[in-house]
Amino acid sequence: MSTARGISLWGLLRHVLLLIAAAIVLLPFVWMIVTSLKPQSEIFLSEIRWWPERLHAVENYTKAFDRAPLMRFLLNGAIVTVTIFMLQVLIALPAAYALAKLRFWGREAVFALVLFCILIPPQATAIPVFLLFHHLGILDTYAALIVPFTISAFGIFLMRQFFMTVPDDLVDAARMDGISEIGIVWRVMLPTALPALTAFGIFSIVAHWNDYFWPLIAVNSKELFTPPVGVATFRNEEAGTDYGPLMAAATIIIAPLIIAFLLAQRRFIEGITFTGMK
Amino acid sequence: MADVAIATTLSQETAEPARRGRPRLLAKLRRPLAALTLLLPAMTLMTLLLIGPVVAVLAMSLTDYQLGAPSWSFVGFDNYLELYGDRVFWTSLLNTLVYVAIVVPASMALGLGIALLIESGTSLRAFYRSIFFIPVMATLIAMAISWEYMLHPQFGLINLTLKSLGLPAQAWLTNPELALPTIAAIGVWQLFGFNMVLFLAGLVSIPPHLYEAAVMDGARSAWSRFWLVTWPMLGPVTMFVAIISAIRSFQVFDTVHVLTKGGPSKATEVLLYSMYSEGFEFFRSGHAAAIAVVFLAFVLLLTILKVRVIEKKVHYA
Repeated sequence: MSTARGISLWGLLRHVLLLIAAAIVLLPFVWMIVTSLKPQSEIFLSEIRWWPERLHAVENYTKAFDRAPLMRFLLNGAIVTVTIFMLQVLIALPAAYALAKLRFWGREAVFALVLFCILIPPQATAIPVFLLFHHLGILDTYAALIVPFTISAFGIFLMRQFFMTVPDDLVDAARMDGISEIGIVWRVMLPTALPALTAFGIFSIVAHWNDYFWPLIAVNSKELFTPPVGVATFRNEEAGTDYGPLMAAATIIIAPLIIAFLLAQRRFIEGITFTGMK
Repeated sequence: MADVAIATTLSQETAEPARRGRPRLLAKLRRPLAALTLLLPAMTLMTLLLIGPVVAVLAMSLTDYQLGAPSWSFVGFDNYLELYGDRVFWTSLLNTLVYVAIVVPASMALGLGIALLIESGTSLRAFYRSIFFIPVMATLIAMAISWEYMLHPQFGLINLTLKSLGLPAQAWLTNPELALPTIAAIGVWQLFGFNMVLFLAGLVSIPPHLYEAAVMDGARSAWSRFWLVTWPMLGPVTMFVAIISAIRSFQVFDTVHVLTKGGPSKATEVLLYSMYSEGFEFFRSGHAAAIAVVFLAFVLLLTILKVRVIEKKVHYA
């Protein structure tokens, strides 16, 4: 019988196959970082060089920071994503609570509306929202980057589903203590909802950090660029001639999310897949 | 509904004996009023930013509205008729469908393959899961720039590798025959890790005794156990992953905008890119709105399909 030896052979083969696949999948990251360390002369080379002979890291990264306000892009990314998430919570949580725990006429209709709104892909509404913002005169501002995403129908749905599992006794006890309905949302429901909220937060922040379509439309000024628009513009200005600084810029742009991911892999994977299934 | 609402308004109110009609009515209204206050911000924004714009995009697709033009008028279905007769639109729609047709099966096969490999052993599971998930969350625009350099016709890693193997170099992004498959390959690279996690979840939920039973029934090879147990048990998950991948692939835009601008000669023109260039480069809003409606229709159709699958899954669970 092929028991022990068969299993260990297969175990070895499994690692070999997975490691080869992993190497291929990580290649664009590895090549990006290696290139960001190379001088121009070693980038335009007709042979594969896995490690630069002359390390040019300081020059490339300094150049990247000189030519584009990368710190500004990162700061904008942080401002926009964190503000979006905070407003989403501020608006979605009370609505989710009302839909889960209060009985009122028209509740089913409101919930159906929320479900319909989940179906709407954000790109489909870009033209009217753009025109609306044009007439309000708020294009090319932080508001233009943030406002369209302040309402997350999916966030309402997710938190409502979660609140349904919170026992009614908890809510009733809070009411007996004389806490107002809005007080219950923040002081009773919010603490119970932290795991669900974390998952939604990771999903929301990653999605909006990486979003390219809307910021591309909504802003024109370099000071307002989010990381993806910033790095794309940097590339267009370089027109594919100076890859060292360009790869340095790209590395800097993806670094914050990758580092955050490596620190909390499980939470990230759960947050993005199981809330990102919408 | 109203009776239920009244019947369940709080015990506090019944505890306080009602003195006159008006205060009691106010007390009864308190709960719906609270609900209204809690829902008002969300409802307002939903109307202004989601429902309103969907209605507006439908309405705009029936006008000749152009940003900055002095006037506009209703033109009925002219925009759609124009799309119908427009070669570029059909190319765009076809390219989007081809992209979906490449990315969905490829990212599913890879996702399932890797998930099965990871599940077939016990060591380093979390490690591999994380590695293959990195492309899913890394900023696609930055990675597209890295891909562009890897695909460089002369100095790119891929062509240098091909040359060292004695194979001909390719103009990946400038050859009209290769550009769309290349963009799709980047799409597969980015998406399959997402599918892998969903498949992993599906695999874990298959009861182990089914495999034992299959072995007893004579399914000795891993191959036959896969077809006898894994594949049928994964059915609903597979369907679900297919639809989600299709929805995601339908929204392809970033890589096209950065790498090919829809070219060469419209070889990578896709729906969202057409909508973007019509609406935000040429400002032909009415025309762009019609493309948006076509896009919306496809995505809604897929989403409704997904909801059906979820309901079925819950039903049989």
